[in-house]
This record gives sequence, C-alpha cells and structure tokens, in this order.
Amino acid sequence: MSTLTQQAGPATAGPAHPLRQRRPLGDRTFQIVALACGLLVLVILVLIAFSTTQQASSWFKTEGWAIFTNDWNPAANKFGALAFIYGTAITAAIAVIMAVPVSVGIALLLTEVVPYRWARPIVYVIDLLAVVPSVVWGLWGILVFAPWIANIYKSIASGVAGIPVLDNLFGAPTSGASFFTAGIILAFMITPIVTSLSREVIATVPAIDKEGAYALGATRLEMITGAVWPHSKGGITGAVLLGLGRAMGETIAAALVIGSSATITSHLFAPGDSMPAVIANQFGEASGVFRAALIGLGVLLFAFTIIINIIARLIVGRSAEQGTA
Amino acid sequence: METPEQNVAADPQLTETANPPLPKTAAEPQAQPEQYAASGESVFDVENVSIYYSAFRAVTDVSLTVHENEITAFIGPSGCGKTTVLRTLNRMNDLVAGARVEGDVRYRGASLYGKDVSPIAVRRRIGMVFQKPNPFPKSIYDNVAYGPRINGEHNKGKLNEIVERSLHQAALWDEVKDRLGKSGLSLSGGQAQRLCIARTLAVEPDVVLMDEPCSALDPIATGAIEDLMKEIKSRYTIVIVTHNMQQATRVSDRTAFFSVLRNEKSDTRTGVLVEYGPTEKIFHDPSDPRTEAYVTGQMG
Amino acid sequence: MAAITEPQLGPNLEEPAGWRRTKNRMATVLMVVSFVLVIIPLVFVLYTVVVKGIKIISWSFLTSGPIPPNVAPADVGGIGPAVLGTIEIVALATAMAVPLGVLGAIYLNEYGGKGVLARLIGFFSDVMTGVPSIVMGLFIFSIWVLHFQFSGFAGALALGCLMLPVVIRSTDEMLKLVPNPLREGSYALGASKARVTVTVVLPAAIGGIVSGALLAIARAAGETAPLLFTILTVTTANPNPFSGPNTSLPSQIFANATSPYVGAQDRAWGTALTLIVIAFVLMIAARIITARFSRFSR
Repeated sequence: MSTLTQQAGPATAGPAHPLRQRRPLGDRTFQIVALACGLLVLVILVLIAFSTTQQASSWFKTEGWAIFTNDWNPAANKFGALAFIYGTAITAAIAVIMAVPVSVGIALLLTEVVPYRWARPIVYVIDLLAVVPSVVWGLWGILVFAPWIANIYKSIASGVAGIPVLDNLFGAPTSGASFFTAGIILAFMITPIVTSLSREVIATVPAIDKEGAYALGATRLEMITGAVWPHSKGGITGAVLLGLGRAMGETIAAALVIGSSATITSHLFAPGDSMPAVIANQFGEASGVFRAALIGLGVLLFAFTIIINIIARLIVGRSAEQGTA
Repeated sequence: METPEQNVAADPQLTETANPPLPKTAAEPQAQPEQYAASGESVFDVENVSIYYSAFRAVTDVSLTVHENEITAFIGPSGCGKTTVLRTLNRMNDLVAGARVEGDVRYRGASLYGKDVSPIAVRRRIGMVFQKPNPFPKSIYDNVAYGPRINGEHNKGKLNEIVERSLHQAALWDEVKDRLGKSGLSLSGGQAQRLCIARTLAVEPDVVLMDEPCSALDPIATGAIEDLMKEIKSRYTIVIVTHNMQQATRVSDRTAFFSVLRNEKSDTRTGVLVEYGPTEKIFHDPSDPRTEAYVTGQMG
Repeated sequence: MAAITEPQLGPNLEEPAGWRRTKNRMATVLMVVSFVLVIIPLVFVLYTVVVKGIKIISWSFLTSGPIPPNVAPADVGGIGPAVLGTIEIVALATAMAVPLGVLGAIYLNEYGGKGVLARLIGFFSDVMTGVPSIVMGLFIFSIWVLHFQFSGFAGALALGCLMLPVVIRSTDEMLKLVPNPLREGSYALGASKARVTVTVVLPAAIGGIVSGALLAIARAAGETAPLLFTILTVTTANPNPFSGPNTSLPSQIFANATSPYVGAQDRAWGTALTLIVIAFVLMIAARIITARFSRFSR
C-alpha cells in the first residue's frame, strides 16, 4: 500500500514487539476453507447436471427426439414422455393461476391493510402452511380431499355437459385423483413462498409514493393500483415464476393425488401424470433404459426449474434495486 | 520541506476557500520558546503524507510529529480529513477498499507501511477508541479480557488482574466491579465508552488513538473521559480527533488544525494540514489566519 | 410495517363517489377472502391429521419395530425404525450442511464482498434453493448410490444438498445484520480477520443462525422424494446409517398412503402427526431463539 520503500534496519526503541509478522497461518487457512464452502454451491450444481445427464444418456440416445412423443410403454420399451411434460405444465399452471391472486391478496393485506399488531398472527399462519410436509399434503389429499372433491367434479361435469368448451375442460371425472386436484394441492403448497416474496417486493415501494397517492384523495385500491403496482409488478412476476418452479418440482403431493395415468387430455378432472410423480412412483421397478428414462425426466425437470429460477431471481433482483431508487 | 501553502500554489487545481494566505510560515516554528519544547522522543513522524480513496485524494501533504506522553489533538471543520489521518496511524484505513497512503509514516523510527509490516501487530501497539461506543455483546469482563485473550493470555489469575487494572485505569472499576458478568450492552453511554477505553488499555498499547470519543456523550460523561485522558497520559501517548475546540484546549498539549480545500473542477474536497503546534500557541497566537478564523469561531 | 390508514373525511366534504367506494370495499373483502381461503385447508389438514393420528399415537407406536406389513391392524408393531431413521439421517445431514453453509456465508459476507465470485455464489445459492428435491435424490443416486449402495448416509447427502443453500442464505442475512462498529472494535485490538469473524461476528449472529438452521432442519425432516432413491425404504431399524438401507418417517407415510388397508392408513396418519409435531416444535424453537437473541445494541 505504501509507495515508499522501507528504510534499512529493524524497528528499534520502544517496548518490544517488532512490527513485522507474516499473516497468521490460521487466517489464511480460514479464508481458503470459507471460499471452498462457498464454491461448493457451484460445484454441486455442475455435478448434478453432469451426473444425471450421464445416467440418462442411454435414454437420450435410444429415443432421440422421440422423448417428446406421447408414447410411454415401458413393457414395450417405449419411452416417449410428452404426457408427463404436459401433466407437469398443466398442474403447475393450475397451481399458479389459483395461488397467485390469493398470495398477492394476502401480501397486500399484510402490507397495506392490517395494523402491525395483527400482521404477526397472519404471518404465523402462512409459516404454518409452509411447514406442512409435502407427504402430509399428499396423504390428506388422497385419503380425504380427493374423495370429497370427486363429488364436486361429478356435479360440475354433469352441469356443463353439452356446453362446448367447458365440456372438454370439465367433463369425464373419475375418482378425485386428477390434474385439477394436484393443481389445488400444489396451490396450497406454493402460496407461502409467493406470499412472502411478494411482501418483500411490495415493502420496497417508497412510502412517499403511497402517501402521494393518498394525498390526492385516492382510495386504498386506487393507491395500490397507482403507486404499489407499477413498482412491484416486476418483482411479483419474479415471485410468480418462483412459485411456478416450485409447483413443477413438487413431487410427493403430486405423486399421490394426480392419478398416475399417462394420458394427455384436456379434461382437467381426469387422472394424469407428471414428471416428478412418475419418477417417484415407478423408480423402484425400473432398470436399464427405463431407469435412464426416469432419470432423464429428472434432467429435464432440473433444466426447466433452473432456467425458471434464474430468470425469476434476475427479475426480482433488478426490480428490488429499482424499487429503492 | 514544503509547506502546505507552497504545495497549494504548485497545484493549480486546488483553490483556497478562505482569505489568501499571509507570507508563509513553516509548519513548526524553527526556534521554540522554552515552554513549547517537546517533552519526549517522537512517536509518530508523518512526512508528506497524502491519502487516497481510489483516485480521490482525501488528504494532501500532511507532515507532523507526535511526541511521547503528550496528548495531540486534531481539530478542524468536518470533512477536513482529521479522522482519515488518525486512522492512518493504526492502519485502520486498510479495511477500506481502494485506500492508499503515499508518503512516509514512521512509528518510533520504523515505517508503518513497510513491506513486511503486519497491520495486526501495528494495532496491538496502537489502539483506538471510536466515536460511538461499540462494546461487544459479551459480558463486561469478556469485553476487557478480549484483547489479552487473543494475544494468548489464558491464565485466569492473570486475566482477572488485567481486567481489574484496566477498569481501574478507565475509572470504571467501582461502578462495575459487582457486575462483571453483565452484558457490556447494559451500560450507559459514558460507561460504555469507558469500557471501550478499558478494553483498549487491557492490551497495554503504546499509543491510544481516539476518534471524537466524547461526541456521543453528555457533558458529565465527557468530563470523566477528559479527566481519564489526563490521568493516563503519563503512561501512554494519545492522539485525539475532536470537533470541540474547548476540549482541545482543556486536554491537549499539541494541536493540529486541518482545513478543507475545494477542487473547483471536480467539486471535491481535500483535507490539508494548516498549522501544527503547541496548543497554547494555536489558540492564542496562531500563525495562519485560517487557524485564527477557526479558533475564534469565525469559520464553522 | 404500519399500514397507512385511509384519510379521515370531515362533515362538509363529500365521500368518494359510490362506485369508487364500492370497488375499494370489494378489494378489501377480496384480500380478506384470500386469507380465509388459505386458513381453511390448513385447519382442515391439521384437524384431520390430529384427529386421525392421535388415536394411534403411543409410546410403543413411536418406539417399537419392525414396521408391520400393510395388512396388519393399527395396534400391531410401531414406527420405531422410521423414527430412528429420521433422527439418524437428519442429524447427519445437519452436521454436514450447517457448518459448510455457515462457512460459505462467512465467505460471502466477510471475504467476498462485491466481487464477481461472491455475487455468482450468492446468486446461485438462491437459484439452488429452487432445485426440486427429487432432482437432489436422483443426483445422489447417480453419484453415490451406484457406487456405494443404498444407505442412510446417502439420504443424508441428498438432504444436506437441499439444506445447504437455505443455510447459506439465512446465515448471510444474519451476518449482514451484525453492525460494522463491532468488527472495527475487534480489528482495532489487533485481531486478524478470521479471529474477528469467529470471536465477535459469529457470536453476535448466532441466534439468527441457529434459528435459520432449525427451519432448514424442519424442511429436511419432511422431505420424502430425495430419500426414495437413496435409502430404499425398509421396515426394520438400522442403527448404522452408513451401510444398508434405512427408512424414515416421511418414507413410511408415502409407503402407506396408497394402501387400501385400514391398518396401514392409520399408521400413516399417526406417522404424519409425529412428523408435523416435530416440524412445529422446530419452528417454534426457531421463533423463540430469534426473539431472545436478536438484540445487538441498546
């Protein structure tokens, strides 16, 4: 740091203790260890990509682009996985459509409506929701919720029988295990994360903007649409994407209530299957190309969720910066 | 040795903010009258030191000598770099990214910024008390024992002795001797600052640097700390930054007055040492008109 | 954060036109409804689990093994092996993930600063929290189980990978909260950076770090998918997590959930209740610790 070279001779005079000393060995070691632990994150991500792709390679090689066909028949050595990709997309979409308005509503409730004292209990409820394990949702889903909602499906189906578009969407119910049921359960599960992220985003809206809206005589709704929304829409989009990623990857709850039927159908009340669900359900008996196919579905899932998460984090990160400008 | 004024004239970018300078005088009087003589050997020799944060020059061309067992005060308006210079004396500026020191800073003859010099060793010899008391969230005992412990002292008996001695020196022992186990955060402002002083004295430094130690305290606590400083100066060398001129007159033997030079082009401010000398002289018979303007209150 | 209340109107001023007011009221109602919409399933789930599970919970249920076959009625045997398995596996995972995660966060906050590498690591830690748990299971299967067989340790590796980014992130937040003057006070006494971190920064942040770790443990204890490919659910207790397949509470729930036998279903509810109680206890402990240890300054 000094541009001056040292004068000859050690430090004389004064109480002992020379000023010269190597940097303590422990200090350098500690830094290296800490760095290594940080790098572990990157290393693990890369290893995940490589090891799973390698395990799935026989599937990719055998099927090639046929992995994107709807032709899944392990007995006949057919592993076209379109049905599962479809199922994942549909259930995740249902989950997001249902969870986002609710989550944003709760986030707004917490930040704009509720006095501080009442905010804590509401947050506790959301935390409780988050801590229920996936498998418990699935257990409740298949043993309690599905049978109950099967009746509702029947009523709706008979109600829309004959009406063009709705009939295709909501007809043909079987038991309660279906795309729609899985979507609902997933919606419950992603609500906490979308809510808490939305809250964080809304909290970065500058108070002066809100006060400015009120000062012009705006109602709370008008303030929200005028001052909060423009600032937060980017961040909330990011939160929604994160919820989407979560819904796509949720395995056990989906595995238990989706119905495990590898079909592509527009009927939301019909049973279906999704990528994580089929992996979980069929891995036990799988070997060879079958197993490679299941792992390959995992690779696809990894790729989709990583991309979604990266985009989401970039959006949330950027809008958080802008919000505080 | 160039004086600050000569340096200013040589650098076309720096302008004066106050009156144009009178015919220059040296930073230190050549022939000192009896009562102004230095009492001991020099502890710090600062020569032509400029301090940069990346490309920005925060302080320019400071030269002064700090003498042993004296209290030296740095005074001046805010932004004049006095804290920056203080932190250079124990290499705390190393912690700021992009900070750079040019010139020669010598501690008892050895270069403080030499190649092999360890900042850790420096800071064990040259302690610092901060503006806002910052006790660790540990017990009072552990706060004071912290320094000796990291220096390798683990003997309970010795530690007890060191803690008691340091708290005595900091004039805090009587108030806390029955609650050494209580958290350091439970003390009042003045007590907490004395705890921080005790903590600094516990490692038996050679020098104690103080960065506006009383600015967060009430007048009574301030008085206690000033008394403390005068008490311990026979064992330590003290350099204190203060924005309170009366405090400088009350406690210090020597005073350095810093001021600010504005760079018109880049609209930045650079600190400069205007005058350095015995406190009596600085306040009653300053050589530089800027010093006079400041100490008589004409300049904020 | 205090909610900004609506401005009060005096008697001479007109209220906003009816339609505006109605829209505002509707919006508020919708927000409250959304909250109610999440309370209902939560209460429903908890109620069902408690009611159906409490019938079967007993000390022998929790400790005895082996786990009987599905056809056996509810009062036969117990889930002892699963309790043991969960404890072993989660403990191992914690022992790996927490120290590594805390050290990683120390790198991010104390050493890395704004450097490119630190920002990369921080960014991908966040991204990694979104990796599906089933992918972690497949990962450990590919990289470990194929060479070293199923074991509780493999499951712990998978759970550890899940926990690591969560611990890094929450620890990083806590370290950021430690005020800088504390660090400076330690540096000024001649401490090296490692010493400052270990003797001042970590102790100051320890409350938050522990509570973050507890929440990560709660999440890991409830995970099933990663264990499917790593521990190969069995029904006997395996006190050695390093060799041989194992079982866990969530694994047992999954195995029993689709069974048509009442006994198996009852066992599933009982296990679910056990799991939920564990998760709640950890969550409450985390809250208590946060509340007690969150003072840094007066």
